[in-house]
Amino acid sequence: MKLRVALLIGACWASATGIWAQDDEDTGRISGNVQILWQSYAEDSLIGAVVPPEKTGYNAYANLLYQRGNFSAGMRYESYLNAVIGFPGRFKGTGLGYRYARYTDRDAGVDVTIGNFFEQFGSGIVLRSYEARALGIDNALDGFRLILTPVRGLQVKALYGRMRLDFDSRLINSPNLIRAIDGELDLNELVPRWSDKDLRVKLGASFVSRYQPGGTLVKDTLVLQLPQNVGAWSYRLGLQRGGWMGDLEYCGKINDPSADNGYTYRGGEALLASLGYSTRGLGISLNAKTVDNMSFRADRDLLLFDVPVSFIPAITQQHTYNLAATLYPYATVISGESSASAEVFYQIPKDTRLGGHYGTKIAIGYAAANALDTTRLSGREGLIDGYTRNSWGFGRTKFVRDLNVSIERKLNKNWKLKYTYFNFQFNTLATPVTTTYKGIVYADIHVLETQVKTARRQSLRTELQALFTDEDKGDWATVLAEYTWSPHWFASVIDQYNFGNPDPDLRVHYLFGTVGYINGAHRMSLGYGKRREGIFCIGGVCRAVPASNGFEVSFSTRF
Amino acid sequence: MSYIDHPAWRGIAAFAFFTAVLSLAQAQQTVPSVELVDLDGKTVDTEVLADEHDGPTLFCFWATWCSPCKRELNNYLELYPDWQDETGVELVAVSIDDQRSKNRVAPYVNSAMWDYTVLLDPNQDFARAMGVVNVPHTFLVNAEGQIVWQHNNYADGDEEELYEELLKLAE
Repeated sequence: MKLRVALLIGACWASATGIWAQDDEDTGRISGNVQILWQSYAEDSLIGAVVPPEKTGYNAYANLLYQRGNFSAGMRYESYLNAVIGFPGRFKGTGLGYRYARYTDRDAGVDVTIGNFFEQFGSGIVLRSYEARALGIDNALDGFRLILTPVRGLQVKALYGRMRLDFDSRLINSPNLIRAIDGELDLNELVPRWSDKDLRVKLGASFVSRYQPGGTLVKDTLVLQLPQNVGAWSYRLGLQRGGWMGDLEYCGKINDPSADNGYTYRGGEALLASLGYSTRGLGISLNAKTVDNMSFRADRDLLLFDVPVSFIPAITQQHTYNLAATLYPYATVISGESSASAEVFYQIPKDTRLGGHYGTKIAIGYAAANALDTTRLSGREGLIDGYTRNSWGFGRTKFVRDLNVSIERKLNKNWKLKYTYFNFQFNTLATPVTTTYKGIVYADIHVLETQVKTARRQSLRTELQALFTDEDKGDWATVLAEYTWSPHWFASVIDQYNFGNPDPDLRVHYLFGTVGYINGAHRMSLGYGKRREGIFCIGGVCRAVPASNGFEVSFSTRF
Repeated sequence: MSYIDHPAWRGIAAFAFFTAVLSLAQAQQTVPSVELVDLDGKTVDTEVLADEHDGPTLFCFWATWCSPCKRELNNYLELYPDWQDETGVELVAVSIDDQRSKNRVAPYVNSAMWDYTVLLDPNQDFARAMGVVNVPHTFLVNAEGQIVWQHNNYADGDEEELYEELLKLAE
């Protein structure tokens, strides 16, 4: 039935565009993209490679967007036949996973969306619906969104919807309701005599509510009522002046017994602060946040990547070098943590003794997260509330420490060098990224990256990486070599070697080679080899991917 | 069985749908209108930005966690003054960093002395509207606001192809 309706709409659309064309008017534009990922799986008992019975995995997406004047519409067709390893295995079948229509009249300050949409309020801590397609993360809302800008400098967003939970030949939403409103004031745009002021001020506030049918909860001898309507709110302030900028956000949530918090009735609270300063050649960023029981989902009984309404990213940086990025990546402890980070970027000027002819880039970053400073409650109070928090500061249990320093320099026309050092202290009990060690892993990582121009439009890039630790799986080394022929071809080989594994039988090489071709927006690559089990991150989110062995073909294009 | 179920009707509808899609996809694409914030905290409409600039505009999608993106934009830096003189191009670096790394954008950009317009797209609204699958993705837009060239990757030397495209527009 759905298909027939879609085709009917298509036919009307086609005839309508025909009529417009006769009037010699703008008939609108179509754009979109296609992504295909295919993997084959072969057995490899040494690395514990997973081989599903169908022996291959296939994910594909095609987005189709239409725009004409103030009107736009779009849809995504997606296929999991069957989902590649590392994706939620319950995603299956082929069909429409996203569709919307939108009308935006900027002059009148009206923007209406029906169907699916993505949205973020402030930092996202009370509401963020977003997609990280390569990780299988998509919590699009499905409903109705209205964005009003009655005067310049004041914007109000209101939405009602259900959140995407699953895909089984069609979009499957969580049945619960999400209702939300957000207001933002930009004082410099709103107040005419403030428009040229150096100081820029933004204020915002949000309220988000979830409705989920309740019931009762039995804990020991207590019979407790589950709240059906749960609200969360936040207030934020953003200041900027010259090279300085500061952000402050406070948020709270009423009692929300959930699988994340062990079905306790304590309210949630969070405080996020950041301060930045930058000038030509120097940049500093300081961040602190304490997040206490702020996990907020469209369904109280779900965990991990399912229907998150709140977005609480990790305090640590998203590293890009293989060993630093995939072995011990930190993820926020969702029940609560206190954390802080500092980062400095500096460029030693060109044509100085220290800076050399091209200048030298230096970056230093440090991030720390601990458990909250809390006291456990006992008896009846303990059953209901769990604990009380004593301060906004750090508790005793260490979750992570991440220090990194990098120096980057162009030596001459053809050579570039970059050295990076990392020092991690990583609590595998707080972020369970490994099954072979429980406790704190102390790791030192050294990375030397070189790039050399070998001929016109050709270059060779290499990475030599080593990780040293006495804990978990011991020492690792990674060697990467990548050769590019601009603008079309690339080839790369990466070998990860667990040379320091305490068990000599597990000192395995994970070798993976890739060849790729790019032409404008079309990109195709073919890979073969072993992939280690590990954590795969993009932007602020990560997903655990099991070990596998085999071929991989990926294709993407935009039209 | 209702009239809508007739197989012939479905065939016609499907055919009409695909012809419509094909004909519209041939039309020259322009930059969609999305409101983003720049590093000074000012709201910028991407469509207006591309339309109001007299010469060509380059939209480069990047992120602080994307090494090839940073290589691309750092390599363009040395060439940018010449490109501007010869072709009047304006480079707009669109960061897709989310809340985790958004605060690193301004310190990084200023320390690296980028002279580009930098826009923040933390929930990827503009990236989605432009059909960006992964970064780096570079779009060249002519003075009329139409997308005339794109490249989804960066390797050293790609700037030569881009420069040729820029010269074509300047002719």
